[in-house]
Amino acid sequence: MTETAARKATGPAWPRLGLTQETIVFFIAIAFFAVFAVTLPGFLASDNLLSLLQNVSVLGILGVAMGIVVIGRGIDLAMVATMAMSTAWTISLMNAGTDAVSAVLLGLGFAAVIGIVMGILIAYVEIPAIFATLAMSTVIYGFGRLALVDLDVIYVPEDADWLRALSGSVGGVPLPVIWFGLVALLAYAFLRFTRRGRYIYAMGDNYEAARITGIPARPMTVLQYLLSSVIAFGAGIITASLLATVNIRVAQSTMVYDVILVVVLGGIGLSGGKGGVRNVIVGTVLIGILLNGMTIMDLSFTLQNLVKGAVLLVAIIVDSFVNPRDEQTAQQGDI
Amino acid sequence: MKGILKGALMALTLAGGAAQIAQAEQFDDGLAPHYYNSLKDKKVVFLPLAMSFDLPQVWAEGMQTQADRLGYELSIRDPNWSSDVGAQALTTLISEKPDLMVVHNPDMQVYARLLARAQKAGIKVIQINLKSVATTDAYVGVNWYEVGEHQATMAINACAPEAGGSGKIAIMQGTPTNPNNAITMSAIEDVLAKHPEIEVVSSQSADWDATKAHSVASTVIKQNPDLCGYIGLWEVMDAGVSAAIREADKVGEIKLFTNGGGQKPACDSLANGAFTGYVSYDAFGQARDLTNAIAQVMQSDLAPGEAPYALYTPIRDLTKDTMRDDSCWTMDDVAKAPF
Repeated sequence: MTETAARKATGPAWPRLGLTQETIVFFIAIAFFAVFAVTLPGFLASDNLLSLLQNVSVLGILGVAMGIVVIGRGIDLAMVATMAMSTAWTISLMNAGTDAVSAVLLGLGFAAVIGIVMGILIAYVEIPAIFATLAMSTVIYGFGRLALVDLDVIYVPEDADWLRALSGSVGGVPLPVIWFGLVALLAYAFLRFTRRGRYIYAMGDNYEAARITGIPARPMTVLQYLLSSVIAFGAGIITASLLATVNIRVAQSTMVYDVILVVVLGGIGLSGGKGGVRNVIVGTVLIGILLNGMTIMDLSFTLQNLVKGAVLLVAIIVDSFVNPRDEQTAQQGDI
Repeated sequence: MKGILKGALMALTLAGGAAQIAQAEQFDDGLAPHYYNSLKDKKVVFLPLAMSFDLPQVWAEGMQTQADRLGYELSIRDPNWSSDVGAQALTTLISEKPDLMVVHNPDMQVYARLLARAQKAGIKVIQINLKSVATTDAYVGVNWYEVGEHQATMAINACAPEAGGSGKIAIMQGTPTNPNNAITMSAIEDVLAKHPEIEVVSSQSADWDATKAHSVASTVIKQNPDLCGYIGLWEVMDAGVSAAIREADKVGEIKLFTNGGGQKPACDSLANGAFTGYVSYDAFGQARDLTNAIAQVMQSDLAPGEAPYALYTPIRDLTKDTMRDDSCWTMDDVAKAPF
């Protein structure tokens, strides 16, 4: 059943304004942007706007990866652990004298293996994604600590200039922003124009129907987690390049919720089949504007968290009025 | 029953005799036998915040070396940053009754009652690097207030208008509710209160996370083109601040003052200009203080907690100019050092 049909069946609970969550969040972002532009001196400076984007680039890249998984009706809670441990391994291999190419390939391979294992657990063993990835995130962290790295903080070797260059800038634009743009563009092309991309939407919309139609649903699920893990490794390398250190404690932080926040805020419903890369960008930019403005205002840590939480809550409340639960979500639940 | 008791008594006497023979091999200068006996075959347990960062690794290395030398048994319970797991470990330990516990507090409250209970149960307790509200046999570690004073003073000396600075500084905090953050901040505020010519343009928290510190610092630096100094509360997080300074092409122009345990990367960062000033609390030296405190507490015949004392770590300010080859240590130095 399509969304419109469902709406007709249940009737709108709220006058329909043709608003999606994406547009709502977009307007919230514009509103904040306008207020900050008027009230905060220096907010509109191109330097500041670029750093605003740079500061959320890694979050955005992870958001794109999470978006691909969520559209296919999954979730990857192990993404941040994958990012931290695979990058940390790469960097510590480099510290131990492994040449850069092998170190990167090994890290990438590790991330890919994680993705494939998660995909198999979810697609073939049929463990719900939320549990499989939650458990995997602990396994990845534990295995990494046991076998790959023994320190929380790993410093990038002094001579790794190529790595530092990844976060330089081109024509005044910080490279992380360009990487974000590139990842977003590729993901957009993949989701829009490739057959496999369309399969992901079909699976997210109705997994059983997609299987019956002949879509290779199980291998596609593995592909989703493979993609998200590999993108996470990329995001990790960019972070390492930016900070010259890797801190594996992020694996146990709440960062993965920030990633989900960006995805959900942008309007990719957790029930799958909806949204696209544009939603991730809108969500990321809103978070970027908020963080930047609040930093300039020098708001306290607690207040910043409160504002972030409140904005998400408002977006979700407005969404649930504008896009009420339909028959399908009622039957299948959100994840 | 009586027979068994008798047998046990005999065995004990025999064991005592054997110990006496071992003692007899030790030259008796009036203290040495007591020193060695007070540690031999004792059980010492180390409860760190986590074993995955430099400070606990150094302390544990020092204790292990000492344990091998003096024949006590060292075991480590790693709660991996979880104070719940740590509190559970403490509760279990109280019933296991080791001879001594070395405890690294996550904050001032969470273990306080358990530490008091442990002392009551007859377990000696040494606290390290953050003192709980409960006072136990010994505290070994840094006085965070002093660290804050040193950092603020360094920043003022570099950035005061009479020194040619703009007088504008920014502060990068960790998690404001953490006691080391709170104590260090109160010291910084106290020092700054005496210097009205210094303006704090930003005081933000980055949750000890270099990524967040980088985002905040890059914004603050662009917002304040004449920023002179940045005070950061932990070297690892401040790697993010230094990255932001480097990106803005202001290395040397914006001076970064941070603190840490004095491991090699800190001196590297001073040498390459990423850090301008570094308040080192020398974790290597702390390991020596800790092992000495263990020897002292174990030699004492007083009941646990009867005569508490503190060994505050002598801290030192390092800059590129005052730094020497031996100002920072590596894990290898620690592993090869005597304790």
